[in-house]
Order: sequence, then structure tokens, then C-alpha cells
Amino acid sequence: MSLRTNTGSPDGLQTFPRLLFHHAKTRGDAPAIREKNLGIWQTWSWSDVTERVRALASGLAALGFKRGDNLAIIGDNRPHLYMMISAAQCLGGVPVPLYQDAVADEMLFVLEDAAIRFAAVEDQEQVDKLLEVMDRAPLLKHIVYDDPRGMRHYNQPFLHDIHALMEMGRIHNRNHPDFLDEEVAQGQASDISVMLYTSGTTGKPKGVCQTHAAFIASARGGMQIDKLDAAGDILSYLPMAWVGDHLFSFAQSLVVGFTINCPESGDTVMTDLREIGPTYYFAPPRVFESLLTSVMIRMEDASAIKRGMFHYFLGVAKRCGGAILDGKPVGLGDRLLYGLGTLLVYGPLRNVLGLSRIRVAYTAGAAIGPELFGFYRSIGINLKQLYGQTETCAYVCLQPDGQVKPSSVGAPAPGVEIKIADNGEVLVKGPMLLKEYYRRPDATAESIDADGYFLTGDAGFLDADGHLNIIDRAKDVGKLANGAMFAPNYIENKLKFFQHIKEAVCFGHDRDRVCAFVNIDAGAVGNWAERRGIAYSGYADLASKPQVHELIKTCIDEVNATLAQDAMVADSQIHRFLVLHKELDPDDDELTRTRKVRRNFVAKKYQVLIDALYGGKATQFIETEVKFEDGRRGKVAADLRIIDAKTFPAVKQAA
Amino acid sequence: MSKKIGDVILDLQNISLRFGGVKALTDISFDVREREIRAIIGPNGAGKSSMLNVINGVYHPQEGVIVFLGQERKRMEPHHAATQGIARTFQNIALFKGMSVLDNIMTGRITRMKANFLEHALWLGRARREELEHRKKVEEIIDFLEIQHIRRTPVGRLPYGLQKRVELGRALAAEPSMLLLDEPMAGMNVEEKQDMCRFILDVNDQFGATIVLIEHDMGVVMDISDRVVVLDYGKKIGDGLPDEVKNNEDVITAYLGASH
Repeated sequence: MSLRTNTGSPDGLQTFPRLLFHHAKTRGDAPAIREKNLGIWQTWSWSDVTERVRALASGLAALGFKRGDNLAIIGDNRPHLYMMISAAQCLGGVPVPLYQDAVADEMLFVLEDAAIRFAAVEDQEQVDKLLEVMDRAPLLKHIVYDDPRGMRHYNQPFLHDIHALMEMGRIHNRNHPDFLDEEVAQGQASDISVMLYTSGTTGKPKGVCQTHAAFIASARGGMQIDKLDAAGDILSYLPMAWVGDHLFSFAQSLVVGFTINCPESGDTVMTDLREIGPTYYFAPPRVFESLLTSVMIRMEDASAIKRGMFHYFLGVAKRCGGAILDGKPVGLGDRLLYGLGTLLVYGPLRNVLGLSRIRVAYTAGAAIGPELFGFYRSIGINLKQLYGQTETCAYVCLQPDGQVKPSSVGAPAPGVEIKIADNGEVLVKGPMLLKEYYRRPDATAESIDADGYFLTGDAGFLDADGHLNIIDRAKDVGKLANGAMFAPNYIENKLKFFQHIKEAVCFGHDRDRVCAFVNIDAGAVGNWAERRGIAYSGYADLASKPQVHELIKTCIDEVNATLAQDAMVADSQIHRFLVLHKELDPDDDELTRTRKVRRNFVAKKYQVLIDALYGGKATQFIETEVKFEDGRRGKVAADLRIIDAKTFPAVKQAA
Repeated sequence: MSKKIGDVILDLQNISLRFGGVKALTDISFDVREREIRAIIGPNGAGKSSMLNVINGVYHPQEGVIVFLGQERKRMEPHHAATQGIARTFQNIALFKGMSVLDNIMTGRITRMKANFLEHALWLGRARREELEHRKKVEEIIDFLEIQHIRRTPVGRLPYGLQKRVELGRALAAEPSMLLLDEPMAGMNVEEKQDMCRFILDVNDQFGATIVLIEHDMGVVMDISDRVVVLDYGKKIGDGLPDEVKNNEDVITAYLGASH
């Protein structure tokens, strides 16, 4: 069957429910969703999914869900929750996925802001959170839950088991056989298909309203570039509230028709990845990083012969693997060696990682280290970068096959126009732009200029090949006291590329020099410490070891050496740093839910530490409040050592 | 919570147990009702573990009568206990360290396997059908205890708290009507204890299992048990609702300590 018949838009398939019903009609037996349940992968075909979506939608209608209503979706990636998205869309309602690990009070904001009357949640945990804030969210009238476990004693009339809802819907369907088709027929491409909340790096989260047309255009553009087809598999494990998951697991799956696979639980993702062997994979850089770290740690324990072979062939791959993947000319000797390496190392390694069937893998959300990026490409995994944000359906730039550079995020995607503003900010225009921020005409007006360009807030430039390079958040790019450019993210990313450093925050705007906070990576540094027989009791203890400080200092010195190479950033060398006594955590509002540092918040919270860094002190006492996952609070205190790093004289730009 | 506590299913009457001249238990009587959580507490050496061992037939009391499910016996044998639906966990974890979590829990199903050795060896029809059925049950337990991620991990490589959970899983695999837990929370941190409490309550609630439990953590005992029996030097010094026991003078002096 040709792909076009599944996905073409001319035949009126301009909304997601119509796409879904089309799949059920033309290829009803093909797998749509898989989920591992009781140790066995269960498959729902497109017909099964459609039947359930119809039942769910009719059930919702029977409960009083109407066109224009918003449906909160809260939970891990569960088939029923994806179906709930479709069900809401069938009725002309708007699904609003929330981050499932948010605490109740954070959810309250969205519940109020989006005027949520209906919520579909995964399990007892989420139900409990909603019950906790229900008296403060008077609009919330109905909660549907997927997993009945632990719900036996909940007898509130507004709680509905999802299977009961489906039964209700099936009865409604029998009594009103034409109802749902009429509702779906009313749907327009310009209707809002989903509302995704921005992570709130800056201020309160805003609801981004995206239309069917925008997400369908984005999904279709990606499909063209990467020649995706309906036989593919994707592992859906990233938060449903995140635009990337909505694009890859929902929109593209419906447009292209490939299968989404839901892992058994958050802890089993690695095993599930290996079992499914997806053809299409998306992960933020930190996932690729932790994958690599775990492999490297395990290799350290392997026998000397294996270790030798591993490192030898990684060397070969580093030399020629990327070029082979890009189809560039490579000498016969290297080709033969690489072939042997595939047999002995790369193939088995890809298999262990669960990436042996990968045709396209993407990373985005943060900068990825060139070494890390190069590593995956060199062992034959077609890892690429993309660039986009919630407001653009995560669809602005994609790296086309054969034109992959670690520094850029790729060429503008089909249908997208890019313009660089005078202040260096990246402006974009195209079919994927948001319709509006929910009930925030002021914010909408601010973010879109007179010519219809969306202001991304990122600073960047287009290189000679027309590829976009991102430097930093436009507002974060500051100046040192001497007027030199200070791009904190740029430096922090360089730091985070070291496996021992998990997070870094640099300061320097309006100051004479740059100082930094560092979070060590508990796994990698812990392992490093064990190998050296350094005993430690926990994160805070590990972070206070002088040996660890030495280790981090070598990383910082190395970064300083590379910074010194470039006249633009030579002044941004890190003069002093400290290792924080606790991990920066979204629960303490230090990171966003997508794990980006909230720079200003951190600066304010740890003001005494910044003063100590710039005040030349050698140690500083700090006590910090921490919030535990169950909402309790505690305190951690520590005396932090402040360490001077080695700086290098700026190298005069020769080339 | 609307929990239905049923009739007495285990009645221990005047149990005395001696090892030579050492009196481990002296004239102890108490009963356990269906679907209740019954705690046995007491200082070290009070005879708590001996009591459990009497219930599941490892020790045979010299005096006294055990009435289980209406059947009166002088002595219980371990295999009687197992086939009649009494399962237990141990104070010191007793799992097969080299076997995976899945296989360990599978061993809990052995009393329920009907196919004979030859059928299993040759993987004949009945053995195969049975294996699938048992595996399904085991998977349900794995799901219940939220240990999917360690399904294939050898038990010896797991941290203590998870091993305890696996042991509970193996006991559950026998689909017991009565579950004996010997210090299920010993050596755990607060979070692991909370998890374990939740699982015990869920087992009691969802599977309707009767639970007899020995525990030292008073907070846990008072929180989750329906009735508590207190032993000291092999004698029963208190029996009743948690609040009654808490205010019992003898118990306070003997167990909680008068001088503190």
C-alpha cells in the first residue's frame, strides 16, 4: 500500500480523528499501539483503538463533555490516555496533557488556568493529587481513571473507571448511532487540537493552543524529510505533556501510521527499548548521555581483552564511522576494519542499547556534546538534531540525512521560514505556529511580530550552509563588565559534556569574571569514587570530598583551555567554582519539569554562595530547604569549599 | 475503611513449647480472625518467632491445641501448613540468591503444581499449560509489588528492601489464606517501610489474606494492625486493640520500658 493513501490530506483528512478513522478503515488490522502488561506485549490494532476511542468519546459526551471543553490528561504514557486525547478531539474538545510528576499545587495552576471540568488520569496517585486540590478547583467535575488498583474504597460519584466510561459510551453509541460521526464531521483543521503548557522557564506556564493543521503539517514535514513509513515503531516514554512526545507519539503516529509502544513502567524503559527495538527514537541528550555512561561503566568491569577490543574499535569508529554513515568516501582499509568492528563491537553494542533497528534517532531540548553526538553516529546510529519549541510544534529545523553537523541544529524544515533579528534572536514563520496562548492575548501579541514571525527567544545565526546554530537564550546572553559577550548556556553546556558533571550554572553578567556552581553526576562520580576506594554516604558527602573537587577542577581547567582558544569567549573562563551540596531539582523549583535551570531563581536562592564566590572567601556555610516528593520539607546544610580554577591567556585568533 | 473481619480461623489454645529445660512459650492462647492483621510484639527472646514456627509447624508444642480452619490438631506439619494456605516470610531473607526474581516467585507456586516430574521434564501438555497459568499469576504479583524492572535480575544482586519485597512475592504466589510475616520491615529505611506497609495493607485488602506479623517498629504495628498480642519471656502479657495494648501497664513496663 502506498504511503500517500494513508496520509494524504486532499481527501479531507485534516483533523486527527479523521486520520484515525481512516487508518481503521484502510488498514484496520495493522498495529497501532502496544503496551507491555503482565510481562507480555499486548497489541491494539487501529480498529481496536478506534472502537475504544468511539466508546470513550461517547462516554465523555454522556457525562456532559461538550465542544470547547478542555480535558486534562495526567499520567505516564498509557494507551488509554493517548486514546483519551483522540476522544476529546472527536467531540471538538481540547486535550490538555499535564506533567505527571508535578505536585498537586502545580497542577492546580493549570486546572484553573485552563478551566478544566474533566480529567483523565492514570492511577490512584494522580486521583489523590486531584482530590487534594479539588476544593480549590471548583470547576473540576469528573475524573476518569485508567488503573483501578487501590481505587476500591473510593466511592465518590465523580470518579469513573475508564472501562465503565467505555461501557457508558457504547450504550450511548447504540442509542445515538450517528452522534459521534456528526461530531467528528464538524471538526475543522483550524480547530485547536491540543493545548500544551510551556515549561515556565520564565514566569508562569502558558497554555499554547495548537491547531490540527499545525501539528499535521509538522508531522507531515518530518515524515518527508526522514521518509518515515507505517511499518515503524516508536517507544513512547517521554512525558505526554511535552511537545516532542505529542509530535512523535501522537501526531506523527496518526499521520504516518506507525506503531507506538508504551513501556511497562518508568523503571523498565531500558528493557522495553531492547525488546521493542524501535525504528524511530527520540530522547533528550541526557538520555543518550546516561546510556553511554552506563555502557562505559560496564566496560570498565569487562575483561582486559574485551576492553581492549572495545576501545580499539571505538577508535576506528571515531576515525571513519561518521563518514561512512554520511556516505562520504572512506578508504578500503578503514571500511574493512569498520565492517569487522560492526561484527564484533558496534552491532552488539547497538543491540545492548536497544538501537539496532533504528533508522532515525533524534535529540533536542538541550545542546548535545559533539563527542557524545559523534559517538552514536560513529557506531552507525543515525542520530540527528532538531530544533523547535512548544509554540512551533517542536518543528523548525531538522538535520537532513548526510548534512549532519554537531554544532548546528539543521536546515529549516519544509514550510518553515527563518529570519535572524538584529539582536541575534531567531524568528520563525510557517504553518506550525501556535494559534494563541490560552486566554493570554497580551502574551500572544508579544510573541508574534507584525510580519507574523514568532519570536523564539533564542539567539542564533545561520551558517554558510544555511543551517541554524543556536548560541543561547537571547535574554540570557549578557555582557561581562569589560563588555565581552557572556553566554552562560554555552559555557554550561561545555561543562555538562563531561560525564562527571550533571548540571552547571554560570554567573558573569555585569561582573568582572565568570564563576560557576556545579552539580556532580552521582552515578558517574560515585563509580569513580568507588574505584578509588573513597568512602561516602550520600550525595552531599560525595560532593564535599576534596578528591571530587580536584576531579571537577580538571574538567573546568579543560573547559577554560578551550574557551581561551576563541577570542569571542576567552574572557568567559571560569575563575572560581563550587560543588553544590544538593542536586538541583524541579521539586525545589530550581529546574523546570523539562530539567532546564531556572537561572534567576537559583541565583536568588543561593545568593550567599554567589557573594562568597565573588567575595574571595574560601568556604561558605549554607542551609537549604528541600521538598520531598510526598510534599514534606526538610533542610540540608553544608560548608562548601570554593575552589580557584586555572585560567589561560587568550590565544590570539590565528585562523 | 470498611473491612470485614470474619470468624476465627486460627485458634491457639494453651500452647507450651520447651527446648529441653528452656521454656520458650508457656500456656499461650490467642486467636486470629479471618482477614485481620494480627501483630505479635515483644522484647527480644520473648518467643515471637517460636510462635510463628508453631503456627506453621516447624516446632511442635508439648502442650496445647491448634485449631486451624475448624480442624483440631496437636501438631501442625510444615507441609500441612503450606497446602492449607499458610505462607510465610523469614526474619533473615531465605531466597535463592542465584535465581532471578521471577524464578524465586515461581517457587511459591510449587504446592499448586499438579503435573509430575516427568511431564515437566518432557514439557508435555499439562505441564506446559500449568506453567503458563502459573507464570500469569506470578506476573500479576510482580505487577502488584511493582518490581517489573527487576524481573530477570538475580536476587543476590538486589538491595535488601527489594529482596524483602521479593520474599513477600513468593509467599503471595502460594495464594495463601494466611500470611505469616517475620519482621518484614527490619533493617529498612523510612521509605522502604512505607512501601512495605502499603503492600501489606493492600495484600490484606485486595487479596483478603489474613496476616500475622511480628514487628519491632511500634509506629508500624499500631498503625496497621487490627489486634495485637504481646509476649514477654514466653508468656502472654497483653492482647487486644492497638490502643488497649498501648495503655496496658504490664506492656508498658515489660516492653516499652518503664524507665525511659
